Amino acid sequence: MTEPLLRVEGLHAGYGAVPVLRDVGLSVAARTITAVLGANGAGKTTLLRTLSGLLAPTAGRIVFDGADLRGVRVERLVHRGLAHVPEGRGVVAELTVDENLRLGGLWRRDRADARRALDEVYHLFEPLARRRQHAGHQLSGGERQMLALGRALVARPRLLLLDEPSLGLAPRVTAQIMALLQRLRDDTGLTVLLVEQNVRSALSVADQGVVMSLGRVAAATTATRLRDDEHLRHAYLGF
Amino acid sequence: MERFLFLTLDGLSTGAVYAAFALALVLIWRAARLVNFAQGAMAVATAYVGYAVVAATGSYWLGLAAAVLAGLLLGALVERVLMRFVGHANPLGDVIVALGLVLLIQAVLGMVFGNEYRPAAAPFDTDGLTVGGITAISPYDLWVFAAVAVVVVLLALLFTRTPIGLRMRASAFAPEVSRLLGVDVNRMLTVGWALAAAVGALAGMLVIPTGLGLHPHAMDLVFVIAFTAAVVGGLDSPVGAVIGGLLVGLILSYVTGYLGPDTTPLAVLALLLAVLLVRPGGLFSGVRARQV
Amino acid sequence: MTQSPYATVDARPSPLRRLLPPPPGAAGPRGSTLLRHLVLAVLAGAAVVLLTNQLEPYRNLQVARVCAFLCVTAGFTILVGLNGQLSLGHGALMATGAYTVALVQRGLDGRDLRGQWSVPLSLLLAVAVTALLGLVIGLAAARLRGPYLAGVTLAVATLVPAVTTIFTGVFNGEQGLPFPVATPPAFLGAYFQPERWLAWIALLAALLTMLLMANLVRSRYGRSLRAVRDDEVAARLAGIHVARTQVLAFVVSAGCAGLGGGVYAVLTATVASGKFPLELSLFLLMAIVIGGLGSLAGAVWGALLLVALQDLPALLTEAFTLPGGLAQRLEGNLALAVFGLILIVVMLVAPGGLQDAVRKATARLGRRRPRPSR
Ligand SMILES: Nc1ncnc2c1ncn2[C@@H]1O[C@H](COP(=O)(O)OP(=O)(O)O)[C@@H](O)[C@H]1O
Ligand SMILES: [Mg+2]
Repeated sequence: MTEPLLRVEGLHAGYGAVPVLRDVGLSVAARTITAVLGANGAGKTTLLRTLSGLLAPTAGRIVFDGADLRGVRVERLVHRGLAHVPEGRGVVAELTVDENLRLGGLWRRDRADARRALDEVYHLFEPLARRRQHAGHQLSGGERQMLALGRALVARPRLLLLDEPSLGLAPRVTAQIMALLQRLRDDTGLTVLLVEQNVRSALSVADQGVVMSLGRVAAATTATRLRDDEHLRHAYLGF
Repeated sequence: MERFLFLTLDGLSTGAVYAAFALALVLIWRAARLVNFAQGAMAVATAYVGYAVVAATGSYWLGLAAAVLAGLLLGALVERVLMRFVGHANPLGDVIVALGLVLLIQAVLGMVFGNEYRPAAAPFDTDGLTVGGITAISPYDLWVFAAVAVVVVLLALLFTRTPIGLRMRASAFAPEVSRLLGVDVNRMLTVGWALAAAVGALAGMLVIPTGLGLHPHAMDLVFVIAFTAAVVGGLDSPVGAVIGGLLVGLILSYVTGYLGPDTTPLAVLALLLAVLLVRPGGLFSGVRARQV
Repeated sequence: MTQSPYATVDARPSPLRRLLPPPPGAAGPRGSTLLRHLVLAVLAGAAVVLLTNQLEPYRNLQVARVCAFLCVTAGFTILVGLNGQLSLGHGALMATGAYTVALVQRGLDGRDLRGQWSVPLSLLLAVAVTALLGLVIGLAAARLRGPYLAGVTLAVATLVPAVTTIFTGVFNGEQGLPFPVATPPAFLGAYFQPERWLAWIALLAALLTMLLMANLVRSRYGRSLRAVRDDEVAARLAGIHVARTQVLAFVVSAGCAGLGGGVYAVLTATVASGKFPLELSLFLLMAIVIGGLGSLAGAVWGALLLVALQDLPALLTEAFTLPGGLAQRLEGNLALAVFGLILIVVMLVAPGGLQDAVRKATARLGRRRPRPSR
């Protein structure tokens, strides 16, 4: 078996003195979608924030593409191919759509390719192209999700961390986003770590599922098994 | 009528300086959510540098460049060495540290240059030109307008047209998201302070020859007035700062022109209180003036 | 150091340190608080009175100035430290008290109404007038936060020279108002040192202030002050009237500043706008921060610091013979630079100030020695 793109071992993290993540371990193979599932407060967001360095782990290792991420500053991670779309999307409300998108590619040396990536995103998300000069706060929920996702894609990441993209979106829009993730995986080889409450949607596109409960990994297996294992579903996913 | 015209032009000219100074305050407010109470003292310090260079080289323009450069450095230094380390445990911390810096800067200036007033020459004639029997604007006033206008335009271009301007705005509005997108938010903060202090240095160089003279406390009242201008415009709005500066300059010009120069502090306080109690967000808080 | 100019340092902090607000939950039996503070005040007062009998006139004036500043810093530290409202205009409030005293004294003198009661009367009026002004500012302040309040009060601080010049008929502009010196009463004897008398007046004012503030800190109202500082919303939910608490804090601290300014005027027998520049307000803030924000013992340190700031420059130029120009430049500025730097450092690394440092140091000493059980 080849080395996974992301490997997490014995990760502990929390806020101040309050521990949240306890001994979390998981591995994500390249070109796959991994769904991170679990109840509210299970620690999913905390896991993503720790992975992207916004929270310092108290113990454990995060190995991305063969290199330990400890001590790498948050703003450098994007250089290594890691993009994080935070919970609530993080669209900068005061900036225009175009500025938000350009922001995603500012760090890149290859200006020509950054511009190309920007055009691709506009091509991918037609509604954004029509609203280039609109401010972030003028967009609908679905458009904001497109903007956040598109902004991450401008960086041409290898690993995309997505925190609850379906939150507050109509089922149809959610389905479109899931289909898009699947297409990105198949066409461009993108690897996705997808945090979702919307278990059915997530498992419909995921290859792998990780179930979190009270800050620990309760189960990690293939998406198909998670879908079919009634016991697991009842215990952790509530359906 | 002639007096009114004179006071209007004079008010606009000093108002332009207040506008620049208020703009410096707004730059830091937007970047760091704090009012830099040391702005006045920092501007005086850079003006001393500027006039030392003027004295050494005989060139006002070299002195001006030196002052602005000193402002850039001082601003960056203050942010890297002091403000970055102010804890958020005490919400008054940044104001108190800034005031400590005021005392320190003024004392050091006093030690190095002495506490007496030093004359500061203007590069242009400060007497009004007489056109058709009416004393109007002076060449120095024109220079002030031009300098402030250039700064305002350059800042607007910087923030709206350049990558670093986009980075600075993004890190001010959404620091965490900006970091995730690869923006070095800490560095943007340093750049913001440097820029603000440079603008403050320019404002200091512009205002000191107009009767203030060079003195460690030369900008004390100017700071309060510029703060008022920034509040009038809304601390968040660069456009508001410019309009607020001109407005405050005009009002103070009329008040002091008709009621005497001693009334300035009273008028400033009245204006400040009126705005804060009636429209705390500034006169332009309804307008979306955040684009610059 | 045979005779330190700061001899009072050794005499006072130890009992006063106990006036600090106790940690929550550590409050002693409630009824005895007033009594205990009273005893401490009397003891401290007696110690200083004994001290003043030993001191030469100049030293007694120094003691008096410390006491005058203590009135101000005690009220000020409660406003800033306990209630979280920053004022940069307390110098102007001191000026208000000082001018009130001067005007009252001159008024009485003009009508040939003189007597020992005139000083307390004028000080009382100084407190009343300044508290009233504090009410006005406080009403505005209760609606303002953080930098806005700081900016408005800073604007207040710039008013003194303007107002005294505009109403020059009343305040006599920059020249100011001299008035008759407060002389010792006859029963103390013809040769009683006048400066000692002044020191006693100032001491009485300071002790009264400290007593009142110490009880205020321990009272229910003191807890409201802290609650409002820590979290306005939570305080409101707990049934505290936030705005009223903030206004009252301003009134109290303004009254204290008025008293201190008034006492200061009595000491110098004159007031002039030049004595109350913008920096005075900054110095006051510096004093309470370095002393230790929110602590009455810290206010004592602060008062000592303010007098040191006034007197160190002269000491420095006496001690070193410097070339004329340099001495002139260093005078005042050097001490100020040092204290400004200390202010920054304290704020960055030791927000508890001097008082906190002293307490930690004594606690460390205490741990080394076996403690007698209480
Ligand atoms: N900023 C914070 N400070 C303290 N505790 C937090 C913070 N954010 C989240 N938590 C706690 O951490 C736990 C996990 O939260 P989170 O990671 O957001 O869960 P999820 O994303 O799975 O809903 C919860 O118990 C939550 O209360
Ligand atoms: Mg979450």
